[in-house]
Amino acid sequence: MHPPPTPAPLLRASHLVKRYGDTEVVSDLSFEIAPGECLGVIGPNGAGKTTTIRMCLGLTTPDAGHIHGMGLQMPQDALAIKAQLGVVSQMDTLDPDFTCAENLLVYGRYFGLKDAEIRARTPDLLEFASLTSKAQARPGELSGGMKRRLSLARALVNDPRLLLLDEPTTGLDPQARHLMWERLQLLLQQGKSILLTTHFMDEAERLCDRLLVLDHGRKIAEGRPRDLIAQHLEPDVVEVYGVGALALQDSPLRALAARVEVSGETVFFYTANAAALLQALQAHPQLRTLHRPANLEDLFLKLTGRQIREEA
Amino acid sequence: MKTGADHALSTRASGTNPSPWRAPRLSWRFWPVFLRNLLVWRKLAIPSLVGNIAEPLMWLVAFGYGMGALVGKITVAGPDGPTAVPYILFLASGSVCMSAMQAASFEALYSAFSRMHVQKTWDGIMNAPVGLDDIVLAEMLWAAFKSLFTVTAILGVMLALNISHSPKLLVAWPILLGVGITFSCIALIFNALAQGYDFFTYYFTLFLTPMMFLSGVFFPLEQLPHAVHVVADWLPLSSAVQLVRPLFMDQWPQDALRHLAVLAAYAVVSFWIALALTRKRFRL
Repeated sequence: MHPPPTPAPLLRASHLVKRYGDTEVVSDLSFEIAPGECLGVIGPNGAGKTTTIRMCLGLTTPDAGHIHGMGLQMPQDALAIKAQLGVVSQMDTLDPDFTCAENLLVYGRYFGLKDAEIRARTPDLLEFASLTSKAQARPGELSGGMKRRLSLARALVNDPRLLLLDEPTTGLDPQARHLMWERLQLLLQQGKSILLTTHFMDEAERLCDRLLVLDHGRKIAEGRPRDLIAQHLEPDVVEVYGVGALALQDSPLRALAARVEVSGETVFFYTANAAALLQALQAHPQLRTLHRPANLEDLFLKLTGRQIREEA
Repeated sequence: MKTGADHALSTRASGTNPSPWRAPRLSWRFWPVFLRNLLVWRKLAIPSLVGNIAEPLMWLVAFGYGMGALVGKITVAGPDGPTAVPYILFLASGSVCMSAMQAASFEALYSAFSRMHVQKTWDGIMNAPVGLDDIVLAEMLWAAFKSLFTVTAILGVMLALNISHSPKLLVAWPILLGVGITFSCIALIFNALAQGYDFFTYYFTLFLTPMMFLSGVFFPLEQLPHAVHVVADWLPLSSAVQLVRPLFMDQWPQDALRHLAVLAAYAVVSFWIALALTRKRFRL
């Protein structure tokens, strides 16, 4: 199976290094984003995700390495590159004194767009963000999800080719997240490219064509979500929890799994053949079991560890 | 791993941050940022105007008429020798400079800091194709514009009170814009260094308030001991007062070029320092 020849990447980062003092927060990081692609960057807090996005925007100068975007080079062409980007940062930077419509107008002007041009686009942008009825509301009157969608609409004001989204759904309730996902999928269908950082593995699995797993500033895995799971994990997971579950990790059941992990009160059995294990577990009716396919969360935890980190 | 010739090459190719003291990169892109501040202000203009001009006018009326009755006339050196002027005129010409200074400082400190640090407005703007240098330029010009607006309102009231009706006040107007620019530039240095609003209290009490008393706003500089006078003469507010006061008296200022040069020098040097410190703050 050979994919068709890939077109020139929209954005290419090669061998990026960023140090703050003695700490290397990004180490020899290279990646590309193809037109129409959604690239997910996942990693624990402090993995270097935001620093990477800031370097792509020319807001942080790499200590080594290069970034090319849309045929231009950072940092000398930073403004010309940013003219073709849409950015949603981790923290909303909406103007609290302006209505939703004014937020779009003022932001569009930063791109050199004419007022008439922006005003003509405003109804569509607000509709896209499901904020038509809130055109005259100020951000303070909006819910968290509405604010994020207004930030997304604002990032689209210049009709960018590539969107850089830094944790676009962090802090949102499930309904607001699903609406955001739906909008992002719509953008991908329209042919836009997205670079997305996230903590949510379901989000990464649902939206991203390809994933970059970062830890301590290093790329520790890269590939399609399903391929990564198949490559790194056994296909089945049996989670066992309840009183006495922890004792199972040293029991004969261990031999029925390829790999066993413990997190908190739960024992995770990773296996290619769950049937034998599930049958053996019937001898422990007091325990609760959950049989499911391996997912990205398992991959993430395998690659970056289950321990809570001090810096997290 | 950071090994291999490839990596070594890229290390050399890219290098580290450029110096924060590099030349400013200013462009027309500052304009939408200026317009942004204008749009916010238009919504709050009337209440903010009342606040901006009420205090200086209270000072003027209380001190000008109250103290003026005690002081009588004040002798001011001019091109045609010493001239005696009513205290209210003396004070009005100085306090309009002080108002320009305070309005510009307030905007370039508290308001700019809110946009830069609290609301993260600058971060949002920098995600668009607008550089930090243009944002700082926009903030500087905005604070100067706002100060000019305040000054214009105060001048209007002074004309209405018939304190001065010198036609040369038309010349005072652009000079007061220059005063606003100078003090915006200086204030932006402290904006770049601030960790919170409290820091600005120091700037006002340790820097601006003493300058008010050392710049000939309330009493002639000649009253000061000689050593203080020599230093005070080089303060930016002194130059502003010495440019503006004669215009209130329908005279041309003496040493106008020197005073303009002093204001311009403070403005240029301060803007450069402010820009460098702001770049450091943003690690750009």
